[in-house]
Amino acid sequence: MTTGNVVAINGNMVSVSVKGDVSMNEVGYIKVEDKRLKAEVIRVRADQAELQVFEDTKGVSVGDEVEFTAELLAVELGPGLLSTVCDGLQNPLPELAEQAGFFLQRGLYLKALDRSRKWTFTPSVAEGDTLAAGDEVGSVPEGIFRHRIMVPFGWRGSFTVTSIKAEGDYTIDETVAEVTDEDGNTRSITMVFEWPVKRAIDAYAERQRPEEPMVTKVRIIDTFLPVARGGTYCIPGPFGAGKTVLQQITSRNADVDIVIIAACGERAGEVVETLREFPELIDPKTGKSLMERTVIICNTSSMPVAAREASVYTAVTIAEYYRQMGLNVLLLADSTSRWAQAMREMSGRLEEIPGEEAFPAYLESVIAAFYERAGVVRLRNGETGSVTIGGTVSPAGGNFEEPVTQATLKVVGAFHGLSRARSDARKYPSIDPMDSWSKYPSLVDLQMVEYARDILEKGDEVGQMMKVVGEEGTALADYILFQKGEFLDAVYLQQNAFDPVDAAVGVDRQRHVFDILFRILGSKLRIDSKEKARTFFYNLRQKFIDYNGAEWESDDFNSLESEIVKMLEDVSDGLEPNAEQAYNKRGSNA
Amino acid sequence: MRKVYSRIDSIVGNVINVNAEGVRYGELAVVSSRYGDSLAEVIRMRGNEVSLQVYNGGRGISTGDEVRFTGHPMQVSFSDNLLGRIFDGSGQPRDNGPQLTDNLIEIGGPSVNPAKRIIPRNMIRTGIPMIDLFNTLVESQKLPIFSVSGEPYNPLLARIAMQAEVDVIILGGIGLKHDDYLYFKDTLENGGALSRTIMFVHTASDPVVEALLVPDISLAVSEKFALEGKRVLVLLTDMTNFADAMKEIAITQEQVPSNRGYPGDLYSQLASRYEKAVDFEGAGSITILGVTTMPGDDVTHPVPDNTGYITEGQYYLRNGRIEPFGSLSRLKQQVNDKTRNDHRAVMDGMIKLYAAYKESQEKKSMGFRMSEWDDKLLKYGTLFERQMMDLSVNIPLEEALDRGWQIMAECFEPQETGLKSELISSFWPKEKAEEASA
Ligand SMILES: Nc1ncnc2c1ncn2[C@@H]1O[C@H](COP(=O)(O)OP(=O)(O)O)[C@@H](O)[C@H]1O
Ligand SMILES: [Mg+2]
Repeated sequence: MTTGNVVAINGNMVSVSVKGDVSMNEVGYIKVEDKRLKAEVIRVRADQAELQVFEDTKGVSVGDEVEFTAELLAVELGPGLLSTVCDGLQNPLPELAEQAGFFLQRGLYLKALDRSRKWTFTPSVAEGDTLAAGDEVGSVPEGIFRHRIMVPFGWRGSFTVTSIKAEGDYTIDETVAEVTDEDGNTRSITMVFEWPVKRAIDAYAERQRPEEPMVTKVRIIDTFLPVARGGTYCIPGPFGAGKTVLQQITSRNADVDIVIIAACGERAGEVVETLREFPELIDPKTGKSLMERTVIICNTSSMPVAAREASVYTAVTIAEYYRQMGLNVLLLADSTSRWAQAMREMSGRLEEIPGEEAFPAYLESVIAAFYERAGVVRLRNGETGSVTIGGTVSPAGGNFEEPVTQATLKVVGAFHGLSRARSDARKYPSIDPMDSWSKYPSLVDLQMVEYARDILEKGDEVGQMMKVVGEEGTALADYILFQKGEFLDAVYLQQNAFDPVDAAVGVDRQRHVFDILFRILGSKLRIDSKEKARTFFYNLRQKFIDYNGAEWESDDFNSLESEIVKMLEDVSDGLEPNAEQAYNKRGSNA
Repeated sequence: MRKVYSRIDSIVGNVINVNAEGVRYGELAVVSSRYGDSLAEVIRMRGNEVSLQVYNGGRGISTGDEVRFTGHPMQVSFSDNLLGRIFDGSGQPRDNGPQLTDNLIEIGGPSVNPAKRIIPRNMIRTGIPMIDLFNTLVESQKLPIFSVSGEPYNPLLARIAMQAEVDVIILGGIGLKHDDYLYFKDTLENGGALSRTIMFVHTASDPVVEALLVPDISLAVSEKFALEGKRVLVLLTDMTNFADAMKEIAITQEQVPSNRGYPGDLYSQLASRYEKAVDFEGAGSITILGVTTMPGDDVTHPVPDNTGYITEGQYYLRNGRIEPFGSLSRLKQQVNDKTRNDHRAVMDGMIKLYAAYKESQEKKSMGFRMSEWDDKLLKYGTLFERQMMDLSVNIPLEEALDRGWQIMAECFEPQETGLKSELISSFWPKEKAEEASA
């Protein structure tokens, strides 16, 4: 074992003179009083290494002993990860609390997975079978999922099965299979292995293009700014604009198998809401509690900064692991800016040459590499799995022209920019429909979406003009366009996250409601004054808001819909020509 | 006995370097100069070269002064004897009371385990409609008042402190003006609250390093009271001074600044303080109300900006009123569904209408003809500002809700409010509706 001694201390960075070999990103422990503080090597120069310590360094002294582990910073992968709540280094927080009480205690590290719990293992290989890294040797049921037990991803070459356990109950540390490698050495496979968090798991056949929509049940997203399974998206926005609420509702409603929540350097209280509420909330798709499909990695703002840097990697590694089982996984990281800031703090202590706003020069490539870990993959057994990544960004001063937002925009497939003006006006979710974009396909007909977007843009232009020329200087036709845009915004783009019904709108309902909305937007209206136009749209809006709050396909829903349709028919002269054309061809470009 | 060193190698700003052995990171030392003793804290070590930050500042320190290491980090005495007392930033008495040395506790302790936190559930009533109705304050919340100098933020802070039902009030003054310090003291005294108050006050004329200690010392003491089951309200004013002290020190240490001179860890530093706000299951709680003055009235300035990302909302105090735009209580939804069933709808609806009023007002100022709708909005805005926003209004939440419906009914037809029909049928004031149609 390589050892060393502390020679310098500056905040959470400790310099160590090393006796022996040491590798980059290797884990070491600093022995202080009766504690061992976990740290990661972040620079090696001759026989001196710089370590970022995952703990408060109070009490560390020059000369203190350091032990290196020869292992990179890694997480445990195995059954039992689902519904756990861990810190950035995968220490289970409820178990830490059992041992240490209200406060986190430095130097206390616990295994993420339960060692005593037994899992019902069913083998899926036989003696003599040949396997490679990532291949299945059997499975155990984990909640509603079939958790695949695999050959550790880091093993190179091919392996022949020499023994395999019969169906039965085993702990994760018991050997379930023995194999020999190409050189005839025997190795045992248990249900748990480690993987270094900063390396992407690549035990798959090929990567595919993300095309299938990942439904969030948020109308403005699914219809106008969709996200694809295996895709990436970001949510930049000033504080209070609604980034966290948007991620919280997505973590509940997203149509995926598993959700990994990375609470990275933001408020602890926000995680607590998820933590306390998810076990009580039933996932309509599975009938089980939402917690059973969720993993929470929680390294909030007052927890050690170096562990915050690690937390997003811990999260994405767990996401990739479940992807290897043919599942669709969504990783939500709030906020990637705090992760970038953790890098900045460390870069400053290393006295690296700073880039813009003192972020390190490698910021862009690190962000790009992180989002690259999303994707749809075809596994070697022919199944597909995906990791979708959605990250919030907290730009300084709410200004998107800053390094983290800009670096992120270069690599993601969809941009949901939150606007202060919209959140101030309580227009939630406050995604700016004009500035935001998505490269992924929508749930509804593309041409109809374009038509609606066009109304929104033109309506907005009229609105801007009206600020200059006044309502009296605006033509009736333009005024109606303006009202249509406002109406679309009020009843479709805005959605009340705290209304039991409106909070989550499924695919069928979105398609159905968009159809009606489209007919309103596309209609030639027989209205002869601005005052009447305003009243008409206000009344229609009122009905539509009630309609949005009515249970899907309930009597209330149906009767409100008839009233809306009747209100429209009373003044409609049919569709505008280009609306009619889009409407008649609908479905052909879905 | 700890070693004593009598040679200081360098003095840069408030930081001195000493060649010393067996020292621990974060340890406290006493520096004795001809101007008296000062505490100093180890902030960096390289070999035997130890850098210490001197709480009273570097001014007047000589290379021949004595440095005595204490073997422990910064501590403060904790007991009920603190109540009613006034201290400076390093915990020394500012009143004429005795120095307290019993039951010493460390400051800047570890973070609460998130798994031990609970969802906040108790509203703190203030009698201010802009808070109670529109942005409800919740026990264990951390929330600053964003303002500029000249605004009555300290009186507002004192008023909330007097009105809130809490067991202990801790005032952390950072760069506080002496007048303001006296104001707090008098207000709490006249309100009979001084005996449940502890003050840690750093005034504008005290050494800058001591400003850094005030939040930690205040919060360490709060934490102990909260663990004993007390509901503690911590007032921190002004946190911009705290951030500026950090900036000043970072610059003298030649750290690479990230944004307008502030160090790159400004966010983490502020967060580790504000995150001390907590509701302990089975014990008490800490609620933090701060003041963040915005240099140049600019909310994108790094201090208010980083603060806004950390705290659970903010109250904008401008022109003597709490502005509805920008003001936010992020915890309001934890409690405003348990007050009255029209609370959320009135809150959202009235703000949307007020936003529309602002637009009409803008149009009017540009000389456009006002439509019938604009006129309604203008009337609404005036009533809203006078009957809701004015800080002299002091009424319970329920009365504020009723008043909200009255104001809307005086200005609009029900369907113009965008409120759900169901609520309108139960809350729309009947007399007003008749009056309007008559
Ligand atoms: N979709 C929404 N519906 C209703 N209110 C919302 C919504 N999104 C945000 N809010 C309000 O805005 C506040 C701040 O939202 P949050 O997501 O915490 O902002 P951010 O993470 O961007 O700082 C919330 O506490 C809530 O009051
Ligand atoms: Mg947030």
